[in-house]
Amino acid sequence: MSDVRVAGTGLTPFGNTPDRTGRDLFAEATIAAFEDSGVPREDVDAVFYGNFMGELAEHQGHQGPLMAEAAGVRAPATRYESACASAGTAVRDAVLQLRNGEIDVALVGGAERMTNLGTAGATEALAIAADDLWEVRAGATFPGAYALMARAYFEEYGGDRTDLAHVAVKNHENALTNEKAQYQSEISVDDVLEAPLVSEPLGLYDSCPLSDGAAALVLTSQEYADEHDLDAPVAITGSGQGGDRMALHGRAHLARTPAAREAGAEAYVDAGIEPSDVDLAEVHDCFTIAEVLALEALDLEPIGEGISAARDGRTTANGETPVNLSGGLKAKGHPVGATGASQIAEVAKLLSRDHPNSEHVEDARIGLAHNAGGTVASATVHVLEVTR
Amino acid sequence: MSDDVRDGGFDEWLDAAEEGEAYYLECPAEHGSLPPRRVCPTCGSTDLEEQPFPETGEIETYTVTHVPTPAFEQDAPYATAVADFGPLRITGQVVGITPENVEVGLEVELEVTVSETTGERVVGFWPV
Repeated sequence: MSDVRVAGTGLTPFGNTPDRTGRDLFAEATIAAFEDSGVPREDVDAVFYGNFMGELAEHQGHQGPLMAEAAGVRAPATRYESACASAGTAVRDAVLQLRNGEIDVALVGGAERMTNLGTAGATEALAIAADDLWEVRAGATFPGAYALMARAYFEEYGGDRTDLAHVAVKNHENALTNEKAQYQSEISVDDVLEAPLVSEPLGLYDSCPLSDGAAALVLTSQEYADEHDLDAPVAITGSGQGGDRMALHGRAHLARTPAAREAGAEAYVDAGIEPSDVDLAEVHDCFTIAEVLALEALDLEPIGEGISAARDGRTTANGETPVNLSGGLKAKGHPVGATGASQIAEVAKLLSRDHPNSEHVEDARIGLAHNAGGTVASATVHVLEVTR
Repeated sequence: MSDDVRDGGFDEWLDAAEEGEAYYLECPAEHGSLPPRRVCPTCGSTDLEEQPFPETGEIETYTVTHVPTPAFEQDAPYATAVADFGPLRITGQVVGITPENVEVGLEVELEVTVSETTGERVVGFWPV
């Protein structure tokens, strides 16, 4: 089975650019990714593209071929939609096809245009990642659903809003050096606690922003990389995907995310590593509680202890296992359809010492990317390793 | 979606709940689930029977939402909860009590309420 190499990565700035179209954003990310890779566009065998709310935000379905065109690529193109895990599932399918020899070069990525919808419109658009009949019509919003999980977590394992605030503070701190991040500003625990409440116990600063942006990756087979003498030191060595009931109330547990656990377990076995081997991770922190749940599902923290990881410094830049050195969704931004690919880009750059925060992880060889959809009814996990 | 088209199964369930005849679906292995559904999501059984919805449930977790979707704009702040009714859980809006008095463990019964914003029917929980 062939290794899959990360030949090039490209990100737009994440932020508030309501006038930019999805096709413009994705084109920018792909130009950067092709330049970074040295791979010619005509060598691309297939395009894997993630997007969630294109119909609502841009009145645009069938975005696969549109985005291939925007990237200047003539190849079969498919859009992947798994809510906020859209690009994670796109990466996974590209990895599987590259490994089994179906293709040699994949253009993978995603884009989302969100801020043109305004807060109310985007809140409505995001809410449809939940069960329309039984959750949305009961008034559950996307932050509201995570708030239900946060309260359930506090009830079962303890912890409070101050613990969660440390997650936000950490991720803002990490974003200070990330010029593509939406927020490059320090915040304090008090700032988080005093921010307006969105859905109790979560406030404005427990939540990722609405973001516009795109991410692109050029992935190749090992054979292609060798044949073309590519400078691609990082490989995707493990991939996993998990699923769960759509509605939170249908799950076995309200304060755990079994889909992420399944995805993580599969990716660890696939890569032949243990959770303790992980040197750094980018996890899906759309809300502060989401990072806590991810750490526990991925066995980076024991169940019930993830809540103290940021507060006690275990996941900070100089901690044992730095988490979200990019700033995470919280500070880097969360253009939902782009997020899964952007996480892979950040991990690859961190591992290849090509990231402003690489200085914190100089000896890192193994990184993890965890991407979740909805209240984690979908999840993908990828393991990246420096293999050269 | 046209306003006069019903979501079969869901709207029928709301009709029944308004008459005090809410139900859930049960498979032979006694897994409970919500309609509309043809297959038990837990075991795959296609042999589902309607059972009377349990009289009371208990709030397992809740949130008070201050930033709603447009469909609940005039309702905010409002409490949404997940309540455990034994054979199944369900999500609903807590009514008949101010949001700040909602708590985990509160005993509730099912009662259909309406959105103040749209007048649409909403699954509600009323303290017993």
